[in-house]
Amino acid sequence: MFVQRPEARPATVEVFVEGLPVLLPEGASAAAAVLLAGLPAIRETPVKGSPRLPYCMMGICFDCLAEIDGVANRQACMVPVAPGMRIAPQRGARHARLEAEV
Amino acid sequence: MRRYDLAIVGAGPAGMAAAVEAASLGVSVLVVDEQLAPGGQVFRSVESAAGDPALAGEFLDAGGALARGFRAALGAGGGIEYSPRTTLWHVDLEAGVISVLRDRRSEEIAASRVLLATGAQERPVPIPGWTLPGVMGAGAAQILLKTAGAVPGGPLVLAGQGPLTWLLAVQLLRAGAGPITMLETGGKGALWDAFRAGGLWTGRRLLTKGVGLVREARRRGLRVVRSVRDLRAEGDGRVQRVRWAGGETACDMLLLHEGVIPTTHVTRALGLEHRWDEGQLCWRPVLDEWGATSHGLVAVAGDGGGIGGWEAAAATGRIAAIDAAWRLGRLPEDEATRRAAPHRQTLAAALALRPFLDRLYAPAPEVLAPSDDATIVCRCEEINAGQVRHAAKLGATGPNQAKAYLRAGMGPCQGRMCGTTVAALIAQERGISIAEAGALRPRAPFKPLTVGEMAGLPAEAE
Ligand SMILES: Cc1cc2nc3c(=O)[nH]c(=O)nc-3n(C[C@H](O)[C@H](O)[C@H](O)COP(=O)(O)OP(=O)(O)OC[C@H]3O[C@@H](n4cnc5c(N)ncnc54)[C@H](O)[C@@H]3O)c2cc1C
Ligand code: FES
Repeated sequence: MFVQRPEARPATVEVFVEGLPVLLPEGASAAAAVLLAGLPAIRETPVKGSPRLPYCMMGICFDCLAEIDGVANRQACMVPVAPGMRIAPQRGARHARLEAEV
Repeated sequence: MRRYDLAIVGAGPAGMAAAVEAASLGVSVLVVDEQLAPGGQVFRSVESAAGDPALAGEFLDAGGALARGFRAALGAGGGIEYSPRTTLWHVDLEAGVISVLRDRRSEEIAASRVLLATGAQERPVPIPGWTLPGVMGAGAAQILLKTAGAVPGGPLVLAGQGPLTWLLAVQLLRAGAGPITMLETGGKGALWDAFRAGGLWTGRRLLTKGVGLVREARRRGLRVVRSVRDLRAEGDGRVQRVRWAGGETACDMLLLHEGVIPTTHVTRALGLEHRWDEGQLCWRPVLDEWGATSHGLVAVAGDGGGIGGWEAAAATGRIAAIDAAWRLGRLPEDEATRRAAPHRQTLAAALALRPFLDRLYAPAPEVLAPSDDATIVCRCEEINAGQVRHAAKLGATGPNQAKAYLRAGMGPCQGRMCGTTVAALIAQERGISIAEAGALRPRAPFKPLTVGEMAGLPAEAE
């Protein structure tokens, strides 16, 4: 899994991934927080329930959909961490697609 | 409604260079970008990563200089308005109005010209097991290094090919990651084929840079296996092994890379003309020598118009900005031509090595169209290659028709990951070219939007 290098990038922002505190450098994303927390999955697929973690980290694949500060379906790799942010994996929901069809 | 002469989408090398050039010609400029800070993909987080020795070299030097030049031109004095953390989700081509989302609120902005400088994405690498946790794009790992200083901790496999794999290997090794095994997927004859493409002399500076990276990677202990085929990721709940024809290795993470392709999501959604590029094996918008698209409002600069690297991106940005100034009546035509000339020279030098690189690192046919029917093609809806082939047999003639048979391309990523693979599979099955199978035509919003975010729009403009 991913490890930090505090000597190169001091971790100063505390967020909570499934309730667990994680410290990250400013400018890191909520998806980075999930990877650094060592979570086995950020979401499960709606079709087969397979575990997924972020794949592209740049807003392309949508494999990082998570619940952030109580809002579901956020693209976690595009959301920078903020002090006290609460990040939780998302299970099953198909909402992102429904909302895409506004 | 706010109004600008030129709205630029993207603050990578292309967008930054375009903004600085346009502002210097008296054009009012808005730059919107999804990221927190300027830099784009190549120079992401360059300002905050300045103290990281693993990223020393071109990233900090050239990227830092570009970002400083951009910052210096911001605000009242410089004439550029910069809006980070802002996503373009719609363009009204007739009205000349763009819709952007910032802090979960939508805003409409009028622009006389729109320059899309939205860059590239990594080419999807659909191999068996690529959806397992622990498998990522190589670019994704680089983003973690640039934005968080983080690196993979355990044994790591970097599989695929392209200049970026060598750069990333060096950066990760400098940062203490590893051990790293590189599984190079290139074919045996590729080098000779590439030599025939020429451009080595004009492109010698880039070539030297590449050779330097290969040397440093080896010196730092990179293990390299060449001519790897039939890659697959395996594991229970996450990747634990990588297998290929004639070998296997245990690993904690697998990073995949087969080059980058233009992000044509927005240009396709706008119905602009595109063509299939046989050399780079990707779709690209049809552009004139100023970056103008098939619609009078919109231009494209940078890797979004075809892969050329950051120096080419900056040059095309400047050329498109000069064109915008001319169209807005701020420059006579001969002056525009004169001003563009040095940037055209830079562009030609930056592109000289491309045909060589494109051939050397051409993805194998199975990257475009995976041969194993069980390989997942559409990650969102978990549709595999066999299902797409079946849809082609039933009559799907392209990715747009395949939607009627499958849900491929209808998940949240709107086909950004699967569109080209679906087209390639259908083309193979029906014995037609990918160009004939066609490109997916996505719809706005370019990114999924909640009703609440939509409601943030003022009911009446102005
Ligand atoms: C993951 C990745 C890593 C790369 N790393 C390197 C590298 O280390 N070295 C190298 O030489 N080349 C690298 N490349 C190649 C590189 O993309 C280009 O050479 C260079 O970044 C192109 O510059 P650009 O200005 O065209 O686009 P980019 O630098 O990609 O900039 C595009 C910008 O547009 C923004 N954007 C996109 N869509 C929207 C939207 N809808 N709304 C708002 N903003 C939007 C993005 O946030 C981004 O900042 C990388 C490519 C990728 C995909
Ligand atoms: S990780 Fe791919 S969209 Fe976030």
